[in-house]
Amino acid sequence: MSTALRRYPVLIALCVAALFMIVPFLIVALNAFKSPAEYSQNGPLSFPEGFYVDGLKDFWERVDYSQKLFNSLLISGFVAILAVVLSVLNAYAIGIGRIKGRTWVLAFFVLANMLPQEALVYPIYYLSKEAGLYDTRLSVIIVFTVIQAAFGTYLLSSVLGEFPREIIEAARIDGANKWQILWRIVVPVSRPTLGVLAVFFFIWTWNEFLLPLVMLISNDNQTVSVALGVLQGQRLMDATMTNAAALLGVLPAIVFFLLFQRTLTRGIAVGAVK
Amino acid sequence: MTVTVEKRGVTGKAAPAGHPRRPRDSYALFLLPGVLAFLAVIIVPFLMNTYVGFTDWQGVGSPSWTGLANYRELMDDSEFWASFRHSLFMVVAMAAVPTAVGLVLAAALFDYIGKHFGSKVVAVLRACFYLPQVLPIAVAGIVWSWILAPDNGSLNELLKAVGLSSWQQDWLGDPDIALYSVMGVMVWVQLGFPLVVFMAGLQRVDPQLYEAAELDGAGWWRRFWHVTLPQIRPEIYVVLTWCTIAALKVFGAVYVLTKGGPGGATNVPSYFSFTTFFEKTQVGYGAAISTVLTVIILALSLIGLKLQTRAEDQA
Repeated sequence: MSTALRRYPVLIALCVAALFMIVPFLIVALNAFKSPAEYSQNGPLSFPEGFYVDGLKDFWERVDYSQKLFNSLLISGFVAILAVVLSVLNAYAIGIGRIKGRTWVLAFFVLANMLPQEALVYPIYYLSKEAGLYDTRLSVIIVFTVIQAAFGTYLLSSVLGEFPREIIEAARIDGANKWQILWRIVVPVSRPTLGVLAVFFFIWTWNEFLLPLVMLISNDNQTVSVALGVLQGQRLMDATMTNAAALLGVLPAIVFFLLFQRTLTRGIAVGAVK
Repeated sequence: MTVTVEKRGVTGKAAPAGHPRRPRDSYALFLLPGVLAFLAVIIVPFLMNTYVGFTDWQGVGSPSWTGLANYRELMDDSEFWASFRHSLFMVVAMAAVPTAVGLVLAAALFDYIGKHFGSKVVAVLRACFYLPQVLPIAVAGIVWSWILAPDNGSLNELLKAVGLSSWQQDWLGDPDIALYSVMGVMVWVQLGFPLVVFMAGLQRVDPQLYEAAELDGAGWWRRFWHVTLPQIRPEIYVVLTWCTIAALKVFGAVYVLTKGGPGGATNVPSYFSFTTFFEKTQVGYGAAISTVLTVIILALSLIGLKLQTRAEDQA
């Protein structure tokens, strides 16, 4: 059999598999603009007859979705920036400063990164109540800054460990102190890596569920994930409402995906960082 | 997610210092905020949790020390064993299947589609497979519980439309099926991750190896088995380790899809500890569950790290 004839079945098989992956998104979009009556009459697989947006609008207002989006953006944005700063400080000491016992310090951060949140959640809940930070967005920002920085420290320490030492030596001879070397040389040179880290921290924090679910109980503080997850968990939504929730939850993810596609699909593994 | 960065730079020998008595350790100051923050947010809570696991505590007042009583109770708790048994199913759905399928897909995309149809096609297909990975797990759960709904759900409607009405199920509500439905959803969620890591890894492989194999007359499957697999072994270990850990921690999907039900049929350790903490408020018992989970995860991490370093040394 000629190779040309054999090529297409492989392509077609992969396209079918890829289609299967995005079918759920397509069905959600297909049903987003159906009225409840139309949905119950024609089911989820028919093409929409009209353009019914009241369902989405109702849902948006009912869950105060603008507020949820704002909370998610605020928390994820702050975590992305603060966690990168904290990771850089740690990695500067470990990777460039080569402080004594750095292997142990690094092992400490790696282990912290491995700990399941289940083993932290109750004490964090308890301590934040004691500290008066329970049910505040600040508490979630602090916790995730540290959790994400555990991974960031591990990654950046390796990257900065290979930072060209001549540049640092040259700056030192010119009279720059450690603080200046960090902000004027190391950070600008590593900017691409830091950008990748910030993107991942943002998305990971956006997608977090367990800790925000425990920590953010009042409506005004909840993130998109928590608000939608709790609604679904209460089993109070009908099919069209669930569909609206699904669409509104999917949209930001699609936007991020399109914005950061290259960074995300290359993965933080090997390629993106090196 | 993951990294496969060499640690040579960190643990290797320091460059010879220009000034023999330069106080290198003043760099330690930069570590101060990080270490303090870690103590407060991770180490102290972790130690507290471990301690509470040896006590009887309802979350108010002071915990009373009961030694190993919680752990002894766990041994006889069928709910506990069931939750860890379900974890094994999750490992199949989130580590074994996505790794195996991801390998084949990555290799097919990389050296078949890429060669014959160009990198644009590869990028589009890869994006489709990866998309579920950026979705918050809570949202993925909502999408699927809507699709899998017994009445008017898309899957059942589809089965009816193609004349397979007898295959219709209450996918998430039937105790015999719910676990498999959740597994299916998790495969869908997880698949993009191994795919992306493996595709990045394949870029490392020397193309000459493929050419040599091709000249020797090896077909696609034999090249896959004898060239691709051994070459990206470090990535395979990384992915298996990470996915297994993710599978043991799975929480959001279970919370949104089934709440551990029906009748505990999809309960997992993470959800089990959550309900024990916050619904039954048996904090000591919940802490013991999460401690067992932690020990398993740390042990697996160490094994995974070891396999990975060994594979990297060989590569």
